[in-house]
Amino acid sequence: MSTAMMLDSHLLAKRIRVHALRMTSAGGGSHIAAILSCADILAVLYGGAINVDSEAPESPTRDRFILSKGHAGGGLYAALAERGFFAVEKLATHYQDGSELSGHVSHKLPGVDVSTGALGHGLSIGAGMAYAGRLREARHRVYCLLSDGECDEGSTWEAALFASHHRLTNLVAIVDYNRIQGIASVAEVLELEPFADKWISFGWAVRVVDGHNHEALQQALESVPLAEGKPTCIIAHTTKGKGVSFMENSVLWHYRIPRGAEFDAALAELEGRS
Amino acid sequence: MRDSFVAVLTEVAARHPELMLLTGDLGFGVLDNYAARFPRQFLNAGVAEQNMSGLAAGLALEGHCVFTYSIGNFPTLRCLEQIRNDICYHGANVKIVCIGGGMSYGPVGFSHHATEDLAILRSLPGMLVLSPCDLWEAAEATRSLVTHRGPAYLRLDKSAAPVEMRFGESFQPGSIRTVRQGSDVTLAATGGILEEALLAADALAEQGIFCRVLSVHTIKPLDTHTLVAAAKETGGIVSIEEHAVDGGLGGAIAESLMEAGVFPGFFVRMGLRNTFSSVIGSQRYLRKVYSLDAASIHRTVSAKLGVAAEVLS
Repeated sequence: MSTAMMLDSHLLAKRIRVHALRMTSAGGGSHIAAILSCADILAVLYGGAINVDSEAPESPTRDRFILSKGHAGGGLYAALAERGFFAVEKLATHYQDGSELSGHVSHKLPGVDVSTGALGHGLSIGAGMAYAGRLREARHRVYCLLSDGECDEGSTWEAALFASHHRLTNLVAIVDYNRIQGIASVAEVLELEPFADKWISFGWAVRVVDGHNHEALQQALESVPLAEGKPTCIIAHTTKGKGVSFMENSVLWHYRIPRGAEFDAALAELEGRS
Repeated sequence: MRDSFVAVLTEVAARHPELMLLTGDLGFGVLDNYAARFPRQFLNAGVAEQNMSGLAAGLALEGHCVFTYSIGNFPTLRCLEQIRNDICYHGANVKIVCIGGGMSYGPVGFSHHATEDLAILRSLPGMLVLSPCDLWEAAEATRSLVTHRGPAYLRLDKSAAPVEMRFGESFQPGSIRTVRQGSDVTLAATGGILEEALLAADALAEQGIFCRVLSVHTIKPLDTHTLVAAAKETGGIVSIEEHAVDGGLGGAIAESLMEAGVFPGFFVRMGLRNTFSSVIGSQRYLRKVYSLDAASIHRTVSAKLGVAAEVLS
């Protein structure tokens, strides 16, 4: 639990969604649905489940967080701004000429440990950080948020093998399992089921939760490590585009940019005015 | 060269607890002593080079100096995106070590020949690229990497040139080592193939042609100063590498001299020309097959000087 200020995670989730909608619309950025999908996970983590402090963003005792699904960068930027890592006004520069807020997450921003964007990289880096933490008997954890699509990448499973072989109990993978990837559903592209069984067979302790239920996410995170000597995988069942009715469970909004009437309607829904 | 590398790491590991050696399940019998003495500083990442490179980045971001170790293209091309994004973009303190540079693993086949690595690795921002020619350079390059901060690539050859050491000589990353003085022609080589340049220089000397032989042990950053001097002071430059001519040593020399506005009397890039090394055989044999042996260098220089002499007369 964070020693820094706690934020109400439901309020934070709402703010992440609204910021992300404004950022992707104004900047002409993609991936709004992928951000809405994991907004609740980010809100629970940055609402207080992980130990990070905007006053000491590089503190060696902080928990590490890697957004392996780097295309949801807008969501992480919003969470960090709301947690005081940088000014909320800076979010308006997202996707703009010369901005530090690239579409895929950038470590130029305070509070971002690792730049990502190419899928299947984050869990390996996280495993390296977790291994280093264990070598020096540090107590912090390493959290890594993955998309389901990046579980197509062989490198994700290389890292999964490594983490269980080396019993990295300080490593937590959270998979945003919304079942829609770039241009089609997971079921159509490369079926991941039985998904939990895959992680279990790779030696991980697995908890399957509703990825929009903050209490369930919180409880799962508080239970880490779920089993002695095993890394933890939290499979978070989510709805892609969560919070905007016409974006939910639609392949279209992985890339479509919310503008005009669509933007107005989406904003009204996210702000609870519709 | 591999043994020189391991010997230096074994020698310095105790003084550098931040040092870590990761292998992609290679080095049977070679890394055992190191691994036994420094178990906390050794990790066999398995046959999983992408993960090994990502792990290395994660460890480096936590303060370790990490060496990744494997054969040929496995620690480089197989995991190039991890090297680019995770290591180089973050300026992570990771040293990528390829054993079997060029056609060292000749009989094994093309999959184990590293013949595009220099061009590819040197294009990455922030990457230091080292390619020693003899055992001394290999050991000293390794030693320098332990204290160098940031990404680096170390290409180790199975062959090693018999270079005579000068008294008090010190290894300077980023410089070119002049291993033989001469003013008729410059032979600029990288890696163990410098032994072929020395043999060619011996043969040419008997004909009264004196070669300046340069060991370009650092491909990036390239020592333009020494190359400019060679272009001005000798009749021409021949680059020699067990590598594609595209973008490797020859390419790098051409770039730097063009930008410096200095043009050698002639310039020949000796290396693989738009071909895979699909023939198998010993490293020595393959150099003959691909016209990179001493006799080929001798022929090239003779032909060039012959042409130049005709023009002059």
